[in-house]
Amino acid sequence: MKKRIILAAVAATVLATASRAQAFCGFYVGKAGSKLFNKASQVVLVRNGDRTVMTMASDFKGDLKEFAIVIPVPTFLEKDQIHVGEKALVEHVDAYSAPRLVEYYDANPCLMSRREMMMPMAAQVDATEKDRRASSLGVAIEAQYTVGEYDITILSAKQSTGLETWLRENGYRIPDGASNVIATYLKQNMRFFVAKVNLGEQAKLGFSYLRPLQVAYESPKFMLPIRLGMVNANGAQELFVYALTKNGRVETTNYRTARLPTDVELPLYLKDKGEFGKFYTAMFARQVENENGRSVFMEYAWDMRWCDPCAANPLTSDELRQLGVFWSANADNSPAPDVFVTRLHVRYDNAHFPEDLVFQETADRSNFQARYILRHPWTGPDSCGTASAYHAQLRERRGEEATRLASLTGWNVADIRKRAGTPDQPSGPEPAWWERLWKK
Amino acid sequence: MSDPRLYQIATLASLLVYGMAWLDFDVTLARVVLLLGSVLATQALCDRLTSARFNPKSALISGLSLCLLLRTNSAAVALAAAVVTIAAKFVLRIRGKHVFNPTNGGIVAMMLLTNDVWVSPGQWGSAAFFAFLMACAGGIVVNRAARADVTYAFIVFYCALVFGRSMYLGEPFAIPLHRLESGALLLFTFFMMSDPKTTPDSRAGRVLFAAMVALGAWYVQYRLFRTNGLLWSLAAFSTAVPLIDRLLPGRRYSWSPAARTDVAARLAA
Repeated sequence: MKKRIILAAVAATVLATASRAQAFCGFYVGKAGSKLFNKASQVVLVRNGDRTVMTMASDFKGDLKEFAIVIPVPTFLEKDQIHVGEKALVEHVDAYSAPRLVEYYDANPCLMSRREMMMPMAAQVDATEKDRRASSLGVAIEAQYTVGEYDITILSAKQSTGLETWLRENGYRIPDGASNVIATYLKQNMRFFVAKVNLGEQAKLGFSYLRPLQVAYESPKFMLPIRLGMVNANGAQELFVYALTKNGRVETTNYRTARLPTDVELPLYLKDKGEFGKFYTAMFARQVENENGRSVFMEYAWDMRWCDPCAANPLTSDELRQLGVFWSANADNSPAPDVFVTRLHVRYDNAHFPEDLVFQETADRSNFQARYILRHPWTGPDSCGTASAYHAQLRERRGEEATRLASLTGWNVADIRKRAGTPDQPSGPEPAWWERLWKK
Repeated sequence: MSDPRLYQIATLASLLVYGMAWLDFDVTLARVVLLLGSVLATQALCDRLTSARFNPKSALISGLSLCLLLRTNSAAVALAAAVVTIAAKFVLRIRGKHVFNPTNGGIVAMMLLTNDVWVSPGQWGSAAFFAFLMACAGGIVVNRAARADVTYAFIVFYCALVFGRSMYLGEPFAIPLHRLESGALLLFTFFMMSDPKTTPDSRAGRVLFAAMVALGAWYVQYRLFRTNGLLWSLAAFSTAVPLIDRLLPGRRYSWSPAARTDVAARLAA
């Protein structure tokens, strides 16, 4: 039988739930990246034919001893199918595809990604005693590897309770209720991919953060298990999927994929520090509400060889290859391969997303970007006759921008007007149509 | 209503307006005009070549269904799909009955022949599911005798398979319910699967056909893990309909009641 591997619970069930820092990480005006959102998982899915390379990045910030991920995979994974990638790669895809704020006369700054060296793989761990205990629980340890700073175990189990007991005995904090979910995956003959941090290796390697895990497999399934991650989640979780494909845009087949409102003109104060981020999070929350919490949102869909405007440079051939774009040539100077990137953003919980996300690649290569526009007024000399008409038009435009921002975010329009510095606009309700009728 | 197709045209047109205005479907007004124009033109041409009376209703149903289901960025591919959809009705006939439901045949042919088309089964979302269900169920009421048995049988078989798999795996009921709460599934069940012109002639044959299509669709979706299981399965098993008709013969369907009586009279004679 063909080897089948299922994707990983992205959401890759981070078992330890350490409290996370609430502070937003630094961002600059121009971009609303994934870091605006707390509890966000990021997954890069490289897919062509039945081959998938998945890169999972976690924003885990607690004690590394507490960190573990459990991912359902339907079959055995060889050691060479597992890899630890660079965090900068995921950050670069995020920056490249992030929703953007644009001005009419400014070029957008570009991010440079950071390079790190690949680390050699460490030796396998001997665990004869553990094997015996595992088999008495109906759990088979199919393989154990140390890859980079991670200790990885591939498990299969006859019963979910056995697996649950094994995980608890081995220091994994399995949330209550997880065994029901685990059981449904086991019935489909899936294995579990369990990873925790090897503190010794971590210290040797010297990284102060967790690098993303990568797995490569061949399977007709183009999906992302999210159910395990929802077992003990408090409230909704945030997931960013960056799909890199050869032919076209990726969408979900079992949930609606909606486009975010885009190309709208907004008040200029959104350029102030932090304002665009606030706008974006509020607007996103509002869109989730409008779609009854049941849709996946498309934030970006673009041919990876270019961008306009660029929130960050397109990824280089080498970066794409490291993320798993296997159809690119290996030579360093080879031209950029044909890669189409789709950025999907999901806010999910158990009530609105009962089943795992299933995707399909479409033939759609039309470009889409979440783009928000600041239109600066003319501030130079304006002694000509048409200036007053221009200023009247400008006031109207500012009013429209404020109303639009209010409707996109649910913010109070009077507050926006005050903030946008349009005191000549009424802060209360709109004037009646006749009030303006005979006004000079 | 004497001709159930009028209700179908009205429902499909309303669904298309809803999809375009509220759900941001990937189909432009220009594309709708192109698809409807080319299905009607092809139908007119084929009717003329076969010396039949121009029959715009069936062509409109096929055209509206293509607008709802077929997605492509290429106008040429859309045009080809429209021509294939209609022309196949006239070319692929066995014992005077066309083999494929026109829209199903057109979409599957384009999926096989080009890499430029796709179908977006998730785009209906689930917000409008119940309104959608009412519209589809309304069709059954209006059509009364119009062979709703194949629709009912398909619903029963498909639900049994989807629920059965979830029960076997121990999944919560929310999962199969979510899978069934799909606009694309309803559209398929009430407007494509139920096509009286391409389903078997006898009731036993239709129930057998519904079971085959349900099993095939489920297999493609949940065992092969491919999308569009419904479309692939219907197209594949449509080729078995002539055999089913031979094994389980029945009365041929006709859209208008008068013609139905004619056929019955001829059969009786």
